[in-house]
Parts: sequence; structure tokens; C-alpha cells
Amino acid sequence: MALIMAVTSAILFLVFDSEKFKKQIAVAELGGFAVSALSDDDYNAWLEKKGLNVPFYQRYGQWVGNVLRGDFGLSLETNEPVGALVWDRLKNTGILAFWVFFLMIPLSLTLGVLAGMKEGSKLDRSLSFIAVFTTSIPEIATAIILTVLLALGAGWLPTKSAMTQGFDGWQLVLPVLTLVLYDFGYVARMTRASMAEVMTSQYIRTAVLKGIPYKRVIMRHALRNALIAPFTVIVLQLNWLLSGVVVVEVFFEYSGFGKLLLEAALFGDVYVIQAATLVAVFVAVFSQIISDVGYTMLNPRIRFS
Amino acid sequence: MNTNDTALPARKTLIQHLQAPRVLIFLLLVMWLPLTAYVMFGELLGPHKDMILIPAIPATALLYAIAVYSWRESWVSVLGVTLVFFWLFMAVTAPFLPLMDPNKPLAPFTLPGVEKRDHLFLLGADFKGRDILSRAIWGCQRVIVWGVTATLVAYVVGSAFGLLAGYLSGWWDEAISFLANVLLSFPVMVLFILILNYLGPSGFNIIIAVTFASAPAIMRIVRGLTLDIKQRDYVFAAQTRGEHPIYIMVVELLPNVRGPVIVDACLRLGYTTVAITTLTFLGLGLQPPDPDWGLMIKESAKTAMLFKFSYMLIVPALSVSTLILGFNLMADGLREMSLRD
Repeated sequence: MALIMAVTSAILFLVFDSEKFKKQIAVAELGGFAVSALSDDDYNAWLEKKGLNVPFYQRYGQWVGNVLRGDFGLSLETNEPVGALVWDRLKNTGILAFWVFFLMIPLSLTLGVLAGMKEGSKLDRSLSFIAVFTTSIPEIATAIILTVLLALGAGWLPTKSAMTQGFDGWQLVLPVLTLVLYDFGYVARMTRASMAEVMTSQYIRTAVLKGIPYKRVIMRHALRNALIAPFTVIVLQLNWLLSGVVVVEVFFEYSGFGKLLLEAALFGDVYVIQAATLVAVFVAVFSQIISDVGYTMLNPRIRFS
Repeated sequence: MNTNDTALPARKTLIQHLQAPRVLIFLLLVMWLPLTAYVMFGELLGPHKDMILIPAIPATALLYAIAVYSWRESWVSVLGVTLVFFWLFMAVTAPFLPLMDPNKPLAPFTLPGVEKRDHLFLLGADFKGRDILSRAIWGCQRVIVWGVTATLVAYVVGSAFGLLAGYLSGWWDEAISFLANVLLSFPVMVLFILILNYLGPSGFNIIIAVTFASAPAIMRIVRGLTLDIKQRDYVFAAQTRGEHPIYIMVVELLPNVRGPVIVDACLRLGYTTVAITTLTFLGLGLQPPDPDWGLMIKESAKTAMLFKFSYMLIVPALSVSTLILGFNLMADGLREMSLRD
């Protein structure tokens, strides 16, 4: 994990060291006209002021040292400390993610379990169809349709989530709904598959034949085993959320992690991108580890062998 | 694919003849090459560039008939095929349909179904006065061509590395797998943004970005299948015959890993289409002024925030959704069929 992070951050520094990117930063900060009027000496002076004239490996070495001490440097765009900036945006995305999971997990698990209980039933087939349907519609389209229906048409909700006047829960509804609608189908289908597999197993048949009430069979015998696989899937959704959130945040103008990443990339703000990418890679690898460990802990067959 | 039901030695009908792989590949090429040439190298073709699409139209129609015939048992996949071929058909016939020039500003903010300046705007006009129906239909050309080409390139690269890693194992496997792990640990969108920002937004760079993002996953699938298959006797036989490793990989191994790979390809086509539309929306993809669904959303997102004008956003959103729904239903149908065999 540490190796992967080291390699990616080194590649990023190398990429953003190119002449083109330095120019891009200069244009973004001073304006295109000013840059074209700049003499070579002035340009070099500007690079020196920004600390961009040092070869990339030196900057990289310095940066790694600073990161180990918890200092992520200053944003090239706004001169704010990057650590605080990323942390702040990450908190916003965290709020969004919390509500997404809060709604998505009970919804998809209940539907998945109900559908998996009776394979081939009407509920099962309609759920499968709805799940394919909602996951097929890309987030950008879901966002548009929801905005048009709920915000522009009915007028119940605000169209944008910029939160300029402080935190407003109503503005959170549309982005959360978009992400939930897009994601719940996948998790529900996974839950359904896992539940259907458990329901065909021998011990469930034994339990039913022993005369245990059906409800008790489901609650005590089936659910325990059926929910192991969805657990892994849900944890891995964390990784998906970090990339899925970019579109939604940009469309609804919610100032979270995804929007920060896109803006930093468009500006060429190396230190912000570095920090944001490291966070993203960290979340990805970390959620992978959690799901592996959780799977082992939950599954008695692996735990005891 | 569907040759199992020829239990009776009856004479083959015409459509069964057409189901032969060679015919299918030929038809696919006749449909695909002109379309790709038209979209990617349109300027080089000169004034008669519309003519190049003419052979593609019957090929598309024939392919649709064959697909419906082969998948007639599952209405879900027929629906999927119909959606996909509807857009394919729109893509190849776009220059011959009685449409307005998609880039010509006529009457800004015309509502759907209103006639203005001697032109009936069936789906309205956008904020610059361009006909939305025409833009939606022309837009599908670019989405389909770049999407499929990008997926194809990703598959070629991914399968090549997968075969190398799986067949040669050892150092090759270690190195390739490490590289794949590095790429896979990025969230997809982050990877897209980084690559496209570095290379600059354009169609060819989208292909590169999609390759970087998808090839590692494809490589893993192919590598797994190869590891399984290379233990088979016919591979040992080939090795004993002294065939070159590259020849073994391409001729002996590759055809035998195709099953799961084709289903995966159908799903990935959907992802790539989403990615291209999304990237264009974020301003990192295809560039204006030519029509494109993501671009239509991006351009209207600021101006169309009134219920009256929401058709500007709804039309491209529904277009891209139907295309992706088509790909996904097709993948479902293919998976069902591969389970049945």
C-alpha cells in the first residue's frame, strides 16, 4: 500500500513538472495576456517565486518529508494550506456519503432479501428489472431528471447545493437521492443473489422441515449467512462513491471533494491534486482491506479454518 | 453462437447462413469502418464524405435482423438490441435524414413543437437556437464511435497484457500485476481527470484515458482465464510442436477465453459511454461546436434552469440513458445465453 502510494505520487510530480503545466498555472494565475507579454527572465523569476524552478525530484523529496510531518504544502491557486482545504471538502463529501449510505443500505438490503426469499416471484423479477433500469441511467441523467421533476417542476427542492448561506439540509436531498438511485440497484442485486443462494442450501430446508416458523428461519438462519457477501460490496462502494461523487458535486455545485479535485486538476494545482489523490488511493486501499478483514471475521468457514 | 438447435439435418434458412461468424464479422466491418472513418477523419474525405456511409445502412439493418432472430427467446435482450441498433441506425443515416444543420443557430429558446422561421422544432431549440432533435441524432455518432473504439483499444491492450502475465508468469506476471494494481487503486474518475488534464481534451486522448482505466481490470480477467486454460493438453501439445509463445497466446489461448470476455465487453461499453458523456460534461472530453450529448448537457446546465426550458437537458439525458440501457440489457441476454450452453 505504501509502495503504491509512493509510486503514484512520484508519477504525479513527474507529470505536473512539464513545461506545459507550469505555463498553465502561470496563465491561470496571471491571465493569458500577461503571460504572453512576459519576458523569459520575468517568467523565470515568477517560477522561482512559486518554487517551480527546482527539479522535480528535489521537490518530490521535500514534499514527502513534509507529508510525513503532516504538512501538505500550500495550494498554488489560493495559497491556503492544502491539508485544511482537503480536510474541509472531505468533511462535506463525508456528510453526503453518510446520508447516501444511511438510505441506501436499509433500502437495498430489504429489497434484496425480500426478492431473494422467493426466487422467480413477481417481486423478484420486478426488482431485477428496476435495478437494471436505475443502474443503467448514468448519474448525470438521474441528476437532470430529478432536478427537473422535483425542483423545477414541483418546486419542492432547491436546484443547486452550493450552500452559500450556511448549511441547509434541503439542498442535500437531490445529490443524495441521485447517488442512492444510481447505487442501490447494484447492492440490491448482490444481496438478492446471495440470499437466493442461501435459500437453496440444505440447512434451510432442514430448518423448514423441522417445523420452525418460516419467519424464524429467515431471521435466525438465512439472514446471517446471506448478509456476508453484501457487506463486502457495501464497503467497496466507498471507493466507487469517491469517483461517482465528482459529477454529482459539479452538477449541483456542492463544494465537496470531487469538485475540489476537478478544479485543482483544471488549474494544475499540484499540491492539492497530490493530497486529494493520496486520500482517494488511501480510501480505495483501506476499504479493500476492511472488506477483506470483515469478510474473514463474518464468515465462520474461513474464521475457523 | 446459436448453432446448437440444428439437431434436425434440415436445410439452413437464409438467416442461419447469415449467422456464420465470417458473415457477421464482414457485416460488422462494413457497418463500422465507414462510420469510424466518417466521424474521426471526416475532414480528410472531401466533399463526398456522405457517400461512404451508404454501404453501412443495409449492413446495419441486416445485423439488426440477425440479432433479433438469434435472441428471439428473451424479450429483454431483444429490447436491448433494439435500443442499441436504434442509435446505430441513427448514426449511419444521420447525413441522409431531413434534419437541420446541427450547428446552425436559428431561433433561440424555441419550445418543442413550435414552428419558427419556416422550421418545425419537434424537440425545440437550445439557447443558441440550434435544433435539438438534429443535435441529439448527430451527437450519437460521436458517442458511439469514440465509445466503442475506446473500449476496443482497451480490450486489445488489456488482453495482450493479460495473456503475457498469465502465460509467461514469473517476472512478467509480477511486473504487470503491480502496474495493474497501481492503476486499479485510483478511483476511475480521478484517473480520467488526471490523464485527460495532462494530455488535453480530445477524442484520441479519451481513448488513451479509457485504456488506462479499463485495461487493468480486463487484464485481470484474461490473466485468470489464461492461468486456467494453459494447463490444458492442447497447450502442451502446441508447446511440444515447438510453436512460438506468441503464436500459442494468440492462436491457442485467445479464442478460448472469449466467452466471459464478450459479456464483460458489453457491460464495459456502457461504462465507457457513461464516462465519455460525463467527461464531456466536465469539460474534459470532446470539444465544441460539434454536437455531443455531454456537451449539450454542459451547455444547457447553466441556462435551462426553468421548467419551461428543461427539455434542453431532458433530451440528451434520455438519449444517453436509452443507449446504456440497451448495452446493459444486451449484456444480460448474452450472460443468460452463455449460462445455457
